[in-house]
Amino acid sequence: MQYMILIYGDEKAWTGLSEAEMNAVFAQYMQYSKDLAAAGVLGGGASLQPVATATTVKVRGGKTATTDGPFAETKEQLGGYYIINVPNLDEAIKWAAKCPGAQYGCIEVRPLGVSTNADGTIAGM
Amino acid sequence: MIAAILDQVFRRESGKVLAGLIRFAGDFDLAEDALQDAFAHALRAWPRDGLPEKPAAWLTTAARRRVVDLLRKRKTAPALTSELHHIPCEEAEDTEDVSGIPDDRLRLVFTCCHPALAQSAQVALALRTLGGLSTRDIARAFVEPESTTAQRLVRAKQKIRDAKIPYEVPRPDDLPDRLAAVRAVVYLIFNEGHTATDGPSLIRPDLCSEAIRLARLVAELMPDEPEARGLFALVLLTDARRPARVSADGALIPLEEQDRGLWDRAKIQEGTSALDSALPFRKPGPYQIQAAIAALHASAPTPEQTDWFQIAALYGALLRHAPTPVVELNAAVALAMASGVPDGLSWVEDIERRGTLAGYHLLPAAKADLLRRAGRFAEAAVAYREALALVANSAERRYLERRLEEVGG
Repeated sequence: MQYMILIYGDEKAWTGLSEAEMNAVFAQYMQYSKDLAAAGVLGGGASLQPVATATTVKVRGGKTATTDGPFAETKEQLGGYYIINVPNLDEAIKWAAKCPGAQYGCIEVRPLGVSTNADGTIAGM
Repeated sequence: MIAAILDQVFRRESGKVLAGLIRFAGDFDLAEDALQDAFAHALRAWPRDGLPEKPAAWLTTAARRRVVDLLRKRKTAPALTSELHHIPCEEAEDTEDVSGIPDDRLRLVFTCCHPALAQSAQVALALRTLGGLSTRDIARAFVEPESTTAQRLVRAKQKIRDAKIPYEVPRPDDLPDRLAAVRAVVYLIFNEGHTATDGPSLIRPDLCSEAIRLARLVAELMPDEPEARGLFALVLLTDARRPARVSADGALIPLEEQDRGLWDRAKIQEGTSALDSALPFRKPGPYQIQAAIAALHASAPTPEQTDWFQIAALYGALLRHAPTPVVELNAAVALAMASGVPDGLSWVEDIERRGTLAGYHLLPAAKADLLRRAGRFAEAAVAYREALALVANSAERRYLERRLEEVGG
């Protein structure tokens, strides 16, 4: 069973960290990634650039509208994710709790639905 | 007749049969559908062939066959073929024994009370699957539209399936947390039955009985858990007072005015021995302590002979385990009874000043009772009125109105 671990945190708090503090958090994530890989459950992951780099796109009536943002009023933003492959939700929750981001922000655990391969086919079919 | 017997069998056996079926089918809905079909089948077969020797085993066999049938039908849908992989069909023939049931029910307890489900859903699911209550019964018990309960159950079962909430007993290091959730659900069901939040009647006996059944089950399934025994003792000892708690006109009768002859001696005895069996573990916890308090009330022949000193001490211990404002309020009242109203009253006023229990009707009610005991009737009347403005249950309301009259308000 594949789960996405979505890492939410306060971006402002992150950018307010000193370089040494940032490096410490990086080291925690490096270790976490290594632990996931060593356990054979890691399916990939990435951090996201700040919300300031985000663009929202929508098509209405055939017209593409592009806006800066989203700048929702939420305190916590999606900052990164991992995909893990574990037998059940309890295992996924365990790994989510080990994620460094769980100490500062919060982690959302979501089972994946339909996955697509790089060649556009549906995974597992 | 057969329908009545079936109904009885359903109430008694459905939790057991369903637990095994869920493991077998790997899916709540599929298991429930199959069990419903098996009951429908029984309704036709039993009047014709006579009551089977082991109704539960008969139902298990029929329902397992039905699971296999339903899965074969689903097999035609390509998206669902993967479901079949983990269900070996040969196992379906091995249906005669219903052994291993305790483990299945234990797994089911933990699945129903999984922290990834909303607590309201945990309660509904536990009542539905472990207690064998119908959706309509649960809706009635929690005074909500049947469609709301049904939605809650559907969503919970979907999440169990789609997010893959496991159907297993948690590992030892996770057990304490997860057990706490199980006990919380059972206690919540009992409390709602014991003192309904809202509505015309104080007590919902069906919920009390269901909670006692679940507490007994959990205690039996986890014989090494003294808190499980403590919870079982607590609900029995509290429920023992049920026949004496409401007057003929539907008003709440406080402990000190209850006819102790109406208390259920069998329940007191069973509760006391459950508590006695927990104490040798020497692992006290909130349920054992509350059960001990209830046992002290139960063993006092008259209100005056109540051992308030020990009760106050036990509330002190409870406060260390569960430092909540509600426990503190109870501790303050116990102190008033043990060492005099002024001590308790100043504690209650202290809680009031902190504002943590604002809006909770039992805070002004407790304060009013203490003021009344101290003979400060005018102040008591003010506090009774305050409590009346907050109370939602009409049996409690009638009690407070009576007291207000007594203090000349």
